[in-house]
Amino acid sequence: MYVAVKGGEAAIANAHRLLADRRRGERSLPALTLEQIAGQLALAVDRVMAEGSLYDPELAAMAVRQSRGDLIEAIFLIRAYRTTLPRFAASRPIDTGKMQIERRISATYKDLPGGQLLGPTFDYTHRLIEPDMAEDGPVEAPASREPADSGPSPRVTDILGDDGLIEGDGEDDGREPADLTRSPLAFPASRDLRLQALARGDEGFLLGLGYSTQRGYGRTHPFVGEIRIGEVEVEVDLPEFGFPVVIGRVRVTECQMVSQFTGSKSEPPQFTRGYGLVFGQLERKAMAMSLVDRALRADEFDEERRSPAQDEEFVLAHSDNVQATGFVEHLKLPHYVDFQAELDLLRTMRKVDAPVTEDEPPHRDGRSPSDPSRRDAAE
Amino acid sequence: MTMALPAYNFAYLDEQTKRMIRRAILKAVAIPGYQVPFASREMPMPYGWGTGGVQVTAAILGPDDVLKVIDQGSDDTTNAVSIRAFFARVANVAVTTKTAEATIIQTRHRIPEVPLTEGQTLVYQVPIPEPLRFLEPRETETRIMHALEEYGLMHVKLYEDIAQHGHIATTYAYPVKVEGRYVMDPSPIPKFDNPKMDDCPALQLFGAGREQRIYAIPPYTRVESLDFEDHPFAVQTFSQPCGLCGATGVYLDEIVTDDRGGRLYACSDTDHCEERRDAGHVGSEAFTGARP
Repeated sequence: MYVAVKGGEAAIANAHRLLADRRRGERSLPALTLEQIAGQLALAVDRVMAEGSLYDPELAAMAVRQSRGDLIEAIFLIRAYRTTLPRFAASRPIDTGKMQIERRISATYKDLPGGQLLGPTFDYTHRLIEPDMAEDGPVEAPASREPADSGPSPRVTDILGDDGLIEGDGEDDGREPADLTRSPLAFPASRDLRLQALARGDEGFLLGLGYSTQRGYGRTHPFVGEIRIGEVEVEVDLPEFGFPVVIGRVRVTECQMVSQFTGSKSEPPQFTRGYGLVFGQLERKAMAMSLVDRALRADEFDEERRSPAQDEEFVLAHSDNVQATGFVEHLKLPHYVDFQAELDLLRTMRKVDAPVTEDEPPHRDGRSPSDPSRRDAAE
Repeated sequence: MTMALPAYNFAYLDEQTKRMIRRAILKAVAIPGYQVPFASREMPMPYGWGTGGVQVTAAILGPDDVLKVIDQGSDDTTNAVSIRAFFARVANVAVTTKTAEATIIQTRHRIPEVPLTEGQTLVYQVPIPEPLRFLEPRETETRIMHALEEYGLMHVKLYEDIAQHGHIATTYAYPVKVEGRYVMDPSPIPKFDNPKMDDCPALQLFGAGREQRIYAIPPYTRVESLDFEDHPFAVQTFSQPCGLCGATGVYLDEIVTDDRGGRLYACSDTDHCEERRDAGHVGSEAFTGARP
């Protein structure tokens, strides 16, 4: 056999057949249905929608199934499909103040209008593997399945804002929001672009970065002003109608992190904001995003940028897991042309560096540089 | 659950995207060696596996084109097979392995041995388009350095190589200067291939998908590999001919044939090697290195 990758075409076809076989697994067992995945692995589906940047639970469930549960692979499938879709409009900003709240907690106020609502959370569960999970036992019905209407629930940041204790939330300048899927990323990036990149960034990467800010690498003294999860309406302006039209509803998780700020020459001491918003129920991601968003705003508050989480180029260039996984994994593609060049160089250097071979200990492969088998090195 | 199955445009990309990429290509051709940012799309193959090259090819491909795809000089490596199959499927174009027959050649890591001709386009897959990236990681800085033609850092790096090793220790992705202006990364081709870029009759396009950059060398453009007067640029040489076709002056792959130090040196450009063997050239190992 003269080149190991000869017959690539047949090898690829066979590999794909084997992959399909492994994906389906034991044929005597029923295949997973999309309803099962979307219904019972909902948080995996949420992550695929969030980082895939496409709100479509059915398609995300299909991608999870096709990818054998490899979520980054599923995200990749969604992205490669999303990129072929036309972009026909930018929606109006969603109003999370009017959310149908399923969960809403604040770490800064004991009680507040609309109340605290735990909702479907893992918090305060004891992480013991439940024997019931081995089977499909009966599950008790919840006290309430639908979001209760507990009256108006103003956002904590709005409550603080009414007292002038927190910075403003920015003005609508009428500009269409930036879109990194339609124009190349350029630095310095605007905040809307950064938030878009963070919203579709890798959960693990942002979690690590957010964590690093808590450990002193770009500390921001954060408090969870509020986390809220629920459905919001998406409206677009259609010129034909002259008024905004609701085109659908999406479930989102919003995290408003409230951070310390001692004030500057032009600004009085006030709290500052870190913002996180993601599709689905992804609290960890929304929290990490809000920490990183705040850290990235260092320049706005004359904070010295010394840590990775404050470094826009570092964060934005490495937060996309589809890019990251592609480039890391491309190392398994053949590189033997370049490796050959390095091999030659190494042999040349060793010849120059090691004129005396007698006293030299044998190399790790047991051969000395004078070994005839390596004498064929490049001239 | 039912859904409409997606339908794809000729060569996968929608026409708006193709126009956007063509605009970037035109700008790149107008400013040889300058990296033009473009809104790279997600492609159905991973970043780092040729998404930039695939987008460039998709944007310039017409129904009458004949496409050749190589990786490491070979038409038959898995990724080359995969990309060729992709275009055969989404564009239904004629594909070939013969360099002379192709109108568009997409490549990873090599330039074919047979000289390219007018009318041909060579599309390179580029992982890191910025030649200064490993000297200065920040894009904001490197863009300024290019704008001011401030390439001292690169020369210092090459000089340090000479001071330390006695020669320039870069063997692939060896930086070039295009038309006396922009320092450019030629993609990770061995420096052996660098001279082929100079005054080349074919159009050379470079696509970096993940890094969102396109750049170009128009036909008959001056491309010089960076060097010093007392340390002129030199390419790799091989002490033996191809074991299969006996060719000399070509780039060879070193193939491990056993666990006793046995090696076979064979053409990296498999099409070139096969054509030579078809024409009756025989190397010393032609019969021991049995082909399937």
